Amino acid sequence: MSRYSVLSLIANALTGQTGWKPAWRDATPKPAYDVIIVGGGGHGLATAYYLANEHGIRNVAVLEKAHIGSGNAGRNTTIIRSNYLLPGNEPFYEWSMKLWEGLEQDLNYNAMVSQRGIINLFHSDGQRDAYARRGNAMRLAGADCELLDRAQVKALCPFLDFDNSRFPIKGGLMQARAGTARHDAVVWGYARAADRLGVDIVQNCEVTGFIREGDAVVGVETTRGAIRAGKVGLAVAGSTSRLTRLLDLRLPIESHALQAFVSEGLKPLVPGVITFGMGHFYVSQSDKGGLVFGGDIEGYNSYAQRGNLPVVEDVAEGGMAVMPLIGRLRMLRAWGGLVDMSMDGSPIIDVGPLPGLYLNTAWNYGGFKATPASGWCFAHTIAKDAAHAFNAAFRLDRFRSGHIIDEKGVGAQPNLH
Amino acid sequence: MRITCPYCGARSSHEFAYLGDAAPTRPDPSAPDAAEAFHAYVYERDNPAGPMDELWYHSAGCRRWLKVTRDTRTHAITAVAFAGTGEAAR
Repeated sequence: MSRYSVLSLIANALTGQTGWKPAWRDATPKPAYDVIIVGGGGHGLATAYYLANEHGIRNVAVLEKAHIGSGNAGRNTTIIRSNYLLPGNEPFYEWSMKLWEGLEQDLNYNAMVSQRGIINLFHSDGQRDAYARRGNAMRLAGADCELLDRAQVKALCPFLDFDNSRFPIKGGLMQARAGTARHDAVVWGYARAADRLGVDIVQNCEVTGFIREGDAVVGVETTRGAIRAGKVGLAVAGSTSRLTRLLDLRLPIESHALQAFVSEGLKPLVPGVITFGMGHFYVSQSDKGGLVFGGDIEGYNSYAQRGNLPVVEDVAEGGMAVMPLIGRLRMLRAWGGLVDMSMDGSPIIDVGPLPGLYLNTAWNYGGFKATPASGWCFAHTIAKDAAHAFNAAFRLDRFRSGHIIDEKGVGAQPNLH
Repeated sequence: MRITCPYCGARSSHEFAYLGDAAPTRPDPSAPDAAEAFHAYVYERDNPAGPMDELWYHSAGCRRWLKVTRDTRTHAITAVAFAGTGEAAR
């Protein structure tokens, strides 16, 4: 398969665009693989790519129950950032940010990574101190950030309501390297790059059971037959409990619904990503011009991939409070994803808990930005049977040992993270 | 989504606060396996895709705790009762 380049573009233009090949093969499953990754979303495909590219493990299959990128990879708000506080989290997300910055060259695919910045607004002295502390933690981990005062935020986002009586804007924490990427292109780029290295991408192949030898997991039963594997990795986000139930495992996660919305298209307005945490609202503008915005999760267990009207109302109220002009816009679409909320709000990338099984789950409402590092670390964990330093804290047994990573400090209540 | 409170009648879910799965019960702290039992009680969940008993609090209404049986795949509610007494709507 040819590389994408200016030369291939010109050559195909001269030959009537007849020379393009499918970006990946629609593979038929083989009876056995070295590694099976369950879940053809961004995380699963990235894992397969890094297994092949970084660790030379190329006899790999990615099994997807529908078509690739049809779950949360196609249901997010495409924000990439590394503005976390805790030492277990921040180095991982900063590594993800660095992988985003080199992703397109690495994959030879335009993922439309656009580093237009993120601003977390603050409204009080106490919140300013909290963001200053977060900014210092980010810098200690090698990330960039800048504490903006009110005038600096106003210069960037003059359309915000700076004198709201309850939440007047006092400034914001800005990470200039943050931004957005094109969600489908990330999936397709990883799929194409993994396929070129020999990975089989098997679609319409739902895992219905596991093949066991004693305690060990040695393969999967699927709607396209049994497939054996030396190692089985799960990267299925909100559907994780559905699969681990088949193994009699109970995990520290709950599945919840998270909605997002997009408005009609506008001329360039919002410079980057703006988060209004006090009002449960965040917004960015897509390259097509629509405002992409969202808020809190629904707050109750759900596998429905859709939300309800109270959250629509809540998000609209938050938007009107901080950015009154959105009241003039029409909402074009809303959608819901199935997020895997964990008991401390942080992810799990770990070996086990059964021999031959590897877990990648608990991404909460923030899995998209983690896609490259999640795949990179999960591939390392599967290849070496041990975590990399970047995901060393994302252990399943941290809830037993007490080493939880609770960014918000709300405890074991998944709907509050 | 509307929840039929046994006391207040059918109300918007916005009036209620959600605690979660009604199945975990507080273990005996003096039992020899208390540490393990509390780990399961606090952190581990069945997280079923299908019917589930869960606890909702009618915070903007009668302020009673309710046990609601709801299908997590469709959000359809099939039963509501007071959590303490098990008494359903009359």
